[in-house]
Parts: sequence; structure tokens; C-alpha cells
Amino acid sequence: MIHSLFLINSSGDIFLEKHWKSVVSRSVCDYFFEAQERATEAENVPPVIPTPHHYLLSVYRHKIFFVAVIQTEVPPLFVIEFLHRVVDTFQDYFGVCSEPVIKDNVVVVYEVLEEMLDNGFPLATESNILKELIKPPTILRTVVNTITGSTNVGDQLPTGQLSVVPWRRTGVKYTNNEAYFDVIEEIDAIIDKSGSTITAEIQGVIDACVKLTGMPDLTLSFMNPRLLDDVSFHPCVRFKRWESERILSFIPPDGNFRLLSYHVSAQNLVAIPVYVKHNISFRDSSSLGRFEITVGPKQTMGKTIEGVTVTSQLPRGVLNMSLVPSQGAHTFDPVTKMLSWDVGKINPQKLPSLKGTMSLQAGASKPDENPTINLQFKIQQLAISGLKVNRLDMYGEKYKPFKGIKYMTKAGKFQVRT
Amino acid sequence: MSAAPAYNEDKGGSAGPGEPEYGHDPASGGIFSSDYKRHDDLKAMLDTNKDSLKLEAMKRIVAMIARGKNASDLFPAVVKNVACKNIEVKKLVYVYLVRYAEEQQDLALLSISTFQRGLKDPNQLIRASALRVLSSIRVPIIVPIMMLAIKEAASDMSPYVRKTAAHAIPKLYSLDSDQKDQLIEVIEKLLADKTTLVAGSVVMAFEEVCPERIDLIHKNYRKLCNLLIDVEEWGQVVIISMLTRYARTQFLSPTQNESLLEENSEKAFYGSEEDEAKGPGSEEAASTALPTRKPYVMDPDHRLLLRNTKPLLQSRSAAVVMAVAQLYFHLAPKAEVGVIAKALVRLLRSHSEVQYVVLQNVATMSIKRRVSTGPRPALVVQQGMFEPYLKSFYIRSTDPTQIKILKLEVLTNLANETNIPTVLREFQTYIRSMDKDFVAATIQAIGRCATNIGRVRDTCLNGLVQLLSNRDELVVAESVVVIKKLLQMQPAQHGEIIKHLAKLTDNIQVPMARASILWLIGEYCEHVPRIAPDVLRKMAKSFTAEEDIVKLQVINLAAKLYLTNSKQTKLLTQYVLSLAKYDQNYDIRDRARFTRQLIVPSEQGGALSRHAKKLFLAPKPAPVLESSFKDRDHFQLGSLSHLLNAKATGYQELPDWPEEAPDPSVRNVEVPEWTKCSNREKRKEKEKPFYSDSEGESGPTESADSDPESESESESKSSSESGSGESSSESDNEDQEEDEEKGRSSESEQSEEEGKKKKMKKRKKVPEGQEGGSSSDEGSDSSSSSSESEMTSETEEEQVEPASWRKKTPPSSKSAPAAKEVSLLDLEDFTPPSVQPVSPPTVVSTSLAADLEGLTLTDSPLVPSLLSPVSGAGRQELLHRVAGEGLAVDYTFSRQPFSGDPHMVSVHIHFSNSSDTPIKGLHVGTPKLPPGISIQEFPEIESLAPGESTTVVMGINFCDSTQAANFQLCTQTRQFYVSIQPPVGELMAPVFLSENEFKKEQAKLTGMNEITEKLTLPDTCRSDHIVVQKVTATANLGRVPCGTSDEYRFAGRTLTSGSLVLLTLDARPTGAAQLTVNSEKMVIGTMLVKDVVQALTQ
Repeated sequence: MIHSLFLINSSGDIFLEKHWKSVVSRSVCDYFFEAQERATEAENVPPVIPTPHHYLLSVYRHKIFFVAVIQTEVPPLFVIEFLHRVVDTFQDYFGVCSEPVIKDNVVVVYEVLEEMLDNGFPLATESNILKELIKPPTILRTVVNTITGSTNVGDQLPTGQLSVVPWRRTGVKYTNNEAYFDVIEEIDAIIDKSGSTITAEIQGVIDACVKLTGMPDLTLSFMNPRLLDDVSFHPCVRFKRWESERILSFIPPDGNFRLLSYHVSAQNLVAIPVYVKHNISFRDSSSLGRFEITVGPKQTMGKTIEGVTVTSQLPRGVLNMSLVPSQGAHTFDPVTKMLSWDVGKINPQKLPSLKGTMSLQAGASKPDENPTINLQFKIQQLAISGLKVNRLDMYGEKYKPFKGIKYMTKAGKFQVRT
Repeated sequence: MSAAPAYNEDKGGSAGPGEPEYGHDPASGGIFSSDYKRHDDLKAMLDTNKDSLKLEAMKRIVAMIARGKNASDLFPAVVKNVACKNIEVKKLVYVYLVRYAEEQQDLALLSISTFQRGLKDPNQLIRASALRVLSSIRVPIIVPIMMLAIKEAASDMSPYVRKTAAHAIPKLYSLDSDQKDQLIEVIEKLLADKTTLVAGSVVMAFEEVCPERIDLIHKNYRKLCNLLIDVEEWGQVVIISMLTRYARTQFLSPTQNESLLEENSEKAFYGSEEDEAKGPGSEEAASTALPTRKPYVMDPDHRLLLRNTKPLLQSRSAAVVMAVAQLYFHLAPKAEVGVIAKALVRLLRSHSEVQYVVLQNVATMSIKRRVSTGPRPALVVQQGMFEPYLKSFYIRSTDPTQIKILKLEVLTNLANETNIPTVLREFQTYIRSMDKDFVAATIQAIGRCATNIGRVRDTCLNGLVQLLSNRDELVVAESVVVIKKLLQMQPAQHGEIIKHLAKLTDNIQVPMARASILWLIGEYCEHVPRIAPDVLRKMAKSFTAEEDIVKLQVINLAAKLYLTNSKQTKLLTQYVLSLAKYDQNYDIRDRARFTRQLIVPSEQGGALSRHAKKLFLAPKPAPVLESSFKDRDHFQLGSLSHLLNAKATGYQELPDWPEEAPDPSVRNVEVPEWTKCSNREKRKEKEKPFYSDSEGESGPTESADSDPESESESESKSSSESGSGESSSESDNEDQEEDEEKGRSSESEQSEEEGKKKKMKKRKKVPEGQEGGSSSDEGSDSSSSSSESEMTSETEEEQVEPASWRKKTPPSSKSAPAAKEVSLLDLEDFTPPSVQPVSPPTVVSTSLAADLEGLTLTDSPLVPSLLSPVSGAGRQELLHRVAGEGLAVDYTFSRQPFSGDPHMVSVHIHFSNSSDTPIKGLHVGTPKLPPGISIQEFPEIESLAPGESTTVVMGINFCDSTQAANFQLCTQTRQFYVSIQPPVGELMAPVFLSENEFKKEQAKLTGMNEITEKLTLPDTCRSDHIVVQKVTATANLGRVPCGTSDEYRFAGRTLTSGSLVLLTLDARPTGAAQLTVNSEKMVIGTMLVKDVVQALTQ
């Protein structure tokens, strides 16, 4: 299965390597660098690169390429999924997954990788189990370790490994028992020139942060579970209960985890909370173009739209822009031709707008494409699909936990074509 | 700690942190020699007695390894510490050993004894890690030691160690493939393991060592299917892909006349299987049964696989979802493949690498295959599986180019007559994108749409012609190439376009486009007789400066013109040919020579030149623009080979379906094996009681089986389903269960069996007393009686010594579980027969076999017609004769399983026409149903003559609620709104449980799930007979045997969710009684209590 793993930063340094079988020479990465050069952009590097004797499967996250080397047939998603899991684990361990952090914690990283794969086949990938095998570094623990000489390697088999709830460690204790659930919905939409919606869908997730003592058994029910069209669960969720009663019943992992991701059925019309009025025009004769964007609220259910950011990739012909925003700040990078405008809150009384001119390359004919506008925004305390959690119950433990539910709507891939 | 990175950095010397390090051979002497002295301090640290110093040193060394630096000269110093007490030092030493042992084999041997000691450690983690390291150091000399260690670990108590053993198998195999035979033995042993922890790893070992030994899977097939849901994700992927291959060799293709799902043949088929198991005596029975198998019936095991993998489509792991998708794609009947579309579309939200892989597979799946090829019928994809998700493939400007191009591919595949306008409108916006590669791909996509869908060909062509005036040359060039292909389809009408293209030769520089234009002009020179020679003139002028591909086309054009219009072009042609004769490229020289010989008539060789016109101007077939994914489907989807469209090392071809299904009985599990296992399992259990749960065969869709409710499910199932009673090994009251098993299958039976049958007959009267129960058939009674007889047999058998039964069991219990399997699978997958023959006449004999047959039929746990008198509610009116203008409609709950969907309540609807005109076209109109509720309509009744009446069956899935199903009854002229509201008792189906099982389940359903009510039974209602009748009339429950006389127990499962409903009535002779209902569904429980109390007290 997975033979070796190389971590490569954006400047092409291999800063970590790990082999689970015989050592594969670094030179195998040359094929990767070749492909990287050809692809120009990091995200265009093909995830699977065949070489004469090996296959290189890579994922690109946090400006690091995780390149796995395999020798024989294996489902590519198996490897890709695993690599993503590695990144997630690092993130879980160190808070961020970046080159300096990995370099600082290289021993822990190496130990974790050692536990995650055995002979190239995944062994322990649940972060709850890994954390019992190899404790994540904290300042306190580092100090204690240096004084007492104890280590951050567990000497007992994590209980989760053998239980039927491998995702939860046993013997969890908290003084404050809390369970928080964040319902986060993202709107993916493409809006066409005239403002009509070409496609819009709502994807949601429920992220949980559960800190409960013992082995609690939770059930979460919705007011309107029928909204959920397609769901995927954390392994802890009992599929059968969902099938029959549309109730999420589960023994939660300890800490943060993604309980559920869902897709709201396509039949429901998606409320689009913002609109963008735009007037972007190039004239053939002059070397000036007009640029005007106004953002306004549409169907917001009475909530304010916050954190609005507008980005747009302008055509190569645009040399510079002189714009005046009515609020917020804007930047234009003349090299990448990327315009970004940090709008902030939308005040319905005074709609934010960005107006001005673009200077175009003199003599060049007008660009025949118009830029697309990408929008980011957030609406607190609203799940745009209308999904509502009905109640959360706990069985199996005596105490009363503190429960909290938060809703949020965000823009996912929200594009306005002009 | 802070010193460590600093140290490493300056140690790195020539390869500092900022410099690119790749290509730098870590073993090269350069750094090595300069670092040699520096390692001395590490050695010194390793030699001290202080653990902290050792740890520090090891950390530095591991950091060196991680960065790809050579640390092999430290081997002797490190290996000494292998026995270090500090566990972290030890771990790091292991890491080091695994990395360098191969290079320093002799020294590595020093550490072996430590591991051997570790293998005996009481701590399972240490045992496992010793085995892991021992098997990871690739030193051939220790192969025998490894072999021994693996064998030992394979029977370790701890499943974790067994898992490690499974991991060690491929390691040893890659070190020394001569050990294969011995390793296969170990694999076989581990395959029989029932823990979810081991399953994934051992299948992985199986795939690496002996994927051809498919026979090892037979016995474990059902177990693997049932365990699948609880295996960790990685194991699931491996198991699913192995099972895909397995199913391809063992089952018949589901696409061959799949419509015929016949139940009866199914039965017979199974009967034969049991007989076979019993030996040659029943050969005739088998042979008579076999011919009835003609129409395709899906093997229940095939169905089991499909059913148990389906919930995994909801997995969070993309790899699992893809694995299931490919399984369905390759194995499922056409009609069922569609379920995977939604899950695959969901994956498109994931990381771009995941999208990339998924889109590749979707592209292959979405190709419309015009010709269904014979030998691979499964690959004829259900058309339009992805069509509803068309919009999910729309492209965003922020997608990476490779994703855009794949999405485009899918969009093109999905385009059809109906959606082509929207697709083309989308394409129009893509053409204006800034990403030129993508624009080029879009133009090709338009070309493909135009060839596939004749209706839009002209529109597309016009659009493409407009693109010819685009400023971007790439766009123009691509358009030309596509236009050329399109024009070939109908050249006559497009003289204008060709002229337009001819003009472009002045400007356009892209060679491919120029070549295309020249070819077009040459090919259709008679459509543009004036322009063609002129183009040739221009091209001749610039000939030397052209690209090779253009030159070839110039020669081509010249030749064609010479043949059609030699007067004007003779000289030009000769000029071009002479130029070509001295070209640098030999292809062009060759072509020129060849062309000259052909077209210019020479003295001797006139033979060919006479046919020159035919050679050059033969009508050419229009090109077919096809997807580049069209022939990828011979690779297993989701595989690396499929992605690369080339066979990867180690790829295993997906076998074709067999012509004849191999013997399905090989999957039946033998009992001796089971007893062995159960003993081992039992031992283990004492050590790890918690663990044993995961071994349980949880229900197919359970994701976590530790919780009380679901456990009740899984337990009850496991004891009844999936043969061999293997699950019983885990239950606490195992012995009791064994007794039961014994009760069912012991041999004292012959006479007892007959006794049972007699009892059955007697029993029959009981339910009949109620409401003339037309449908209370033999089967139903027999099952109720079986529960009785079960009880008696049990008590009888209790005295038999365990040793004796163990001896006796093998022949009989072997068939018993198999038969149980039958009924289970039948019920869930196929329409169960409404009437169960108690014992088919052919089998009624005095032989043991026959008895067992009868036995299995009677105690089959889920036979739906256990006790089915017509519902206590009797006939109910659906539509009054006055309101219905002469049409009167009644309904009854037949309590028979609804064919087609086991979750549906079957409702008999009686129509009678009391008007004097015939009522025509009776059917169900568009129902407006509450969510969850669904209706299976009855076939339309064409005509109902006056005075006549008829009965039809329809199925309603009430979704375990008593909400009414509202729908319309339509005749040709009228519509009537009607509604059927089920009494709560009709929402369940009886289930067979033994007393022990009942108690066990009941114990799990306490607390909120238990509802108790006190009542007083009226005098009229104190006899057994009446009580049982009243309860069963109210609720469709099966009687459970009971040791005490004044307690009555009933069990059932709700139809939709399959949750258990247990009812206990404790009646004192005085009349005081207590009614208890245990059910996960509290609402149902409460209502049921109410209904039953009412029925009993009235």
C-alpha cells in the first residue's frame, strides 16, 4: 500500500520523509517536481502521477504537498483520503499544520506517522486513539517531562482500540460538562449576469464540541429532518435510528468532531441572502473602463449580513484601478489582477458600493471576458435552509450537561457572473 | 529540546534548511564524513545511564532520519538501547531499527532476543509492538522466527495482537515468498476471526498474499458482509473491493433477465442446498428442484452484500463511498445502481483531489453506451443516473483547470435532447473564460454535443463559426478543428463556411488549424471550385515555412486539386511536390514521392493512377467524437488503473460473471468450526467482556452496536439470522442458547417432530375462531405452534448431557442454520410467499432430512405469516356506497407480508359495484402523503361490472406511525378522497423469539422503553385461548413460548424500522393482570398498551 511519504513545501524542499517499507530514494520526487513545473499553479498538479516504478499520489494543503509513494494498485481515494486524514491529525495535534510547526515537532510527527500506518496499511487513524498513544505536546507537558523524565508516549493500549466505540476514549472526566453544536450552512451558488440564479444549493455541517464525562449517549432530533436530502455521518452515528426515526443517536467522540454533513434537498428553493449590482464595462476606443459594484441584502430573514468580502479576478488587460469604496477597504494587485474588497457589515439603509475606473493597456483591444465576482459573507444565528434542532437528550450518565446550539450561514462557492 | 533543532541545522552543513534538498542522496559520503565526529556526542549520550539524555539523543537521531539524513553509523550505539526501560526511548529505538536494520543485518540480530521476550509480555500493546518491529526489520535470516511469532500471535487472546499478526503477514511474504503456504494457513485462521478489528487487516493480507485463493472466502463471506459496517474505514475499502471480485466469480449477472424474481424457485433452490448438505440420500430432491431455477434469481448472498454495503454510502470517508459505488456499479442490477449517484455528487464538495478522482469515475459511469456489449452486461449503465445532478457539475471560475475539464467531460456526457439548451447556454459562458485551455476543451465539448445530438448541430456550428472571429488564436484554432469534424457530417450545405475558413488561412497560425482548413478545402474542393486553387497558390508560396503537419496537408490538397481541376493546378502541384521532395522531414519526402507516383501518370505504372481519384477522394466516414473515457470501463472503477487508464502493477482484472453460478452451498458455515471458535471466543470473553460486543453480528445497518437499543436489535438478529449460531458465542447466557440450539436440532426429534406437527394441527383452531380469518393459513399456525413446541423441546432436552449433544449436532445443526438463513434472506429481499407450505410433499418422508425441513420451516424466525388471523379491526369502510355513487369500498389488513416491499403493510381493498353501470378504470390517483409514508398502488382495475366485486392488494408504508394515508380513488369519471388509518397493531409483523431471547431483549428495553398498565380481566376473558386471541387480534404479534402458565408473551417488529415490540401479559387467576410493552418506539408502545387493554377489558 503506501510505501513512503514526502512532505514538500512550496519552494520544492523535501522537509520530511517517512518510509514504511524499504526506503524509496528521494529522487522519485523529481517526477513530482516536473509535474509541478508543468502545472504552473499548485492546485493544478495532478493528484496522481505515474512514474516508471512508482505512483505518486499527492494532496496540497496548507501550502504543503503531501506526496505518497505507492508501488502497486490501490484505490487512489484510499491514499488521498488517508493523506487528508494525516493533515487533519496534524492540525488536531498542533493547532495548525504548517511547515515550521512540523519542523518543530518533527519527532512527534514521526511517531504519529509511525502509528498511523503499519507496512503501508492504516493502523490507528482516530485522533482520540492516537492522542492516547502519543500525547500531543503542550507547554505544561514539556515542562513536566523534563523534570520528571516521563514521556509523552502512552504505555497502555488505548482502550478505544478494543472497544466497540473506537472513537471515544474511556475514563473521560470533566468538571464542566458541556456539549456544543454548531450548525453551519454554506450556500453554493452561481448567479448569472442578470441576477437570476443558475444553480444554488445548501450544504451544511454540524460540528460538535462535546466535553462530557463518562460514556454519554446522545440523541439529537430536528424539527424538520425531512429537509436533509443527503447526509454523511461520523461513524459514531447509528445509521439505523436515522433511517427509521430521523434522529441522530450517538456516543460522541471526546472533543471536536464533525457529526454530520448534509445537503439540503434540491427541490427546496434556496434563499439567496445577497445581491450584487454590477456595471463593469470596457470600451473599445478608450483605455478606461468603468467599474461599479453594489452589494445589498436580499432574503436575510431579518438578520444582518457580516464579514462580506468581494473578490474578483480581472482580465489581464487591466493595468490598474482607481476605485472609491463607500465603506471598507479594497486592494488591487496589479500582478495577479486580483481585486479584493473587504466590505464588512451590510447596512440596508446605506448599501456599500465600490465605484471607479479601470485603466487598460493602451492600444490593446478590449478584453472579451468579464470578470466573475466571488462573494464571502456570514450570517449569524440563521440556518438558511430553516433547519432547526429540536432537542438534545443524554442517556447513560447522571449529570446534567450544558448544551448549546449555534447556527450560522456562510457563503460557500458563491459566484456572480458578469 | 531546544538544542535539538539547532544542532541538526548546523549538522546539516551542506544541506541547510533553506536550500533545496531534493536529489541529495542522504547516503552520499560528503556530509557523512564531515559529520562523523559530530555523532560522537550522540554516541556518548546514548551510552550514559540517564534516560533523559538517551531520549534527547534518540530524538535528534529520529529528526535526522525524518529529514532524510544518514544516521546509519550510529547503529551499534542505538541498538544497545533496545532493552531500555523508558518506553519512549524504546519506541524511538524501534523506529531507528526499522529504518536501518536492512542495511546492518548482523547488528540487527542483536536486538531479536528483546523482541522475542516482548512477544511474551503480559501487556498486549508490548506484544503487538514487538511483533510489529520484529516483522518490520527486513532481515531474511529471521524469517523462521517471524513465522513462528506470527503463528503464535494469530491465536493470541488480544484481537489487537491478532490484527498486528495480520499486518505482519504481507511483510513476511514480501521478504520471503516461499513461506506462502504457511502464511495462507495463518490467513485462513485469521479470516475465521470474528472481530471487526482483525477483519480489515486480514483481508488486506489476503489480497496481498493469495488473492487467487477465493475459496478461503466462502466460509467467511456472510460473516464479512455482516461485520462490514463495524469495520474501520480502511478495512471497509479493502473488504469491499475484495468482495466485489468475489461476487463476480460466484454469482450470476443480475442484468440477465432481471425482471423475473421468482420466489418459488428460490425456495426450491434452497431446499436443494440443504439436501445436498445431508448427503447423497436426497440427491433426487435436489435434481428435481434444480430445473426450476431457470429464471434469474439473485443469490441471497449477492443480495446480502448489496444490502449491507448500501448504508456505507453515507460514510464520511470518500474512499468508502467510492468503494461502495464501484461495487454497485459492477454488481447491482441496473435499476439499483442509481442510488450511488447522490453519494458521488456529495463527494464533489470535498477536497479537489477527491473531486478529481470522483469526477474521473463519474465520467466513465456517465458515458452512454450505444451498444450494449454482450459479455459485460453489467457495464451498461443505467442512463441518466447523474442527470438530476446536472447542475452540480457546473463549472466555477475558481475550480482548478483539471477539475474544470473533467466537469466538462461529465456535462458533455450528460447532455441529451432535453437538457441541451441549458448545457449549451452554460458552455457559452465558459467560452468567455480567461482560462484558455479550458475554453479549448469547451469548444471540443460543443463539438461532441453537436455530433451526438443532431437537433442542435446547426446551432452549434453557427456558434463555432462565430468563434472564428475571436481574438484569441487558440480559440479560433480549436474551433476550426471542431468545425472540420462537424462539416464532414454534412458538407454539401456548408460551402459558405468553407469559404470563410479559407479566408482564415491568411491569419491563423496554429498548425493544427491550418492543416484542418487545408484538408477541408481539399476534401470539398468541388464545393469551392474557385477558391481552392487560390488557397493552394498561397500555400505553395509559404510552403517552406510551414509546420510538417501543414505541409502534409498542402501536398494532400495539391493532389486532390490536381485530380479534380488539373487544368488550373497542374503546375502548382508539381511545384509543391518538388518542394516537398527536398524537405528535411522524410515523412514529407515519402509522401511527395508517393503522391507523385499516384497522380502523375507515368509511362509504365498506369494501373494505380487510374484509381487515384478513388484513392484520394473516396467518401470518408464522418468522425465520431467520443469521450476519452469511453473505453475505461474495462478497468475496475475506483482503481488506480482506471484513473491512469493503464494497468498498474498488481492490478487484478475484474473477472467476468460466470455463465453458471458456482455452488452456493460453499458459503454455508459448518458447525464444527463454530464450536471451536466459540470455545476460543468464550475464553477470550472472560478477559474482555466489553470487546465481545463488537464480535456480535450487528444488524446490517448499525453503526454502533454497543448501545442498549441497537444491541437488542443486533442480538435478536444474530441469534436468528446469518447462520451457524456463531453469534451465540458472545451472549452471556450462552449455555442457554446452546440448549436451545440443541432443542431445535437434536436428534431425539423424529418422534418429537411428529408430535409437533400434531400440535400444529390442533393449534390451528385457535386463530380461526376469531373472524372467519380467511387468510389464516397453515403456515401461520404452524409457526405459532412451533413456538410452543420449541418450548417443550427445550425443556425436554435440558437433561441431555452437553457432550452427547455436541456429538450429535454436526449433521443436524448444519442444516438448521442454513435454513434459517433462507427465511431471513427471503423476507428481507424478496417477496415472501404468502402461503408457506408446511412441508412440501416431496420432502415429507420419514427421513431425517424431511424432518429437518419441516422443522426449519416451522421455526424459521421471521416467517411473516406466523400468526396471521385477519386483523381484529375486520372490514372497514373506505368509501360508502352512497358517497361512492354505487361504488362501495372496504379494506382489511391482511397481515400478510406485502410482496415487493417488506416495510409495507398490505391492505386488501374490496370493491363492489352496487350501481347498475360498470365502473371503469379504477385506480389510485396522485396521493398526497405525509412525509415518509409511501404507497404501492394496486394495478388498475379496468372494469367492474354491476353487482360484481373484486379484491386487490395494495401496500402502504406507514413509516411506523398511525398517520392516515390519504389518497384518491379514481374511476374514469370521478375521484374520491379516501384515507386509511392503521390501528397501531397493524404496524408490526410477528417475529419468532425463544423465551430466553425474549427475556434478553426485554431486559434491554427497560426504562423509558417500558410501558406498564394494570387491568382486570373480565370473566369472559380468562382462558388462555381467549386472551391469546384477543391480543393477536389487536396486534399483529407472534406468541413467544413461556414457562409459566399465567404469563403470555408476544413479540413483533415494527414494519418500517424493524424495532422490536415485546408484549407481556401477566394474568393472575383472580383476574388482576398487568400488561407490559417494551419497545424502542415509545409512541407505538403506548398506543399498543391502550389498544390491548381496551380489547381485553371489553
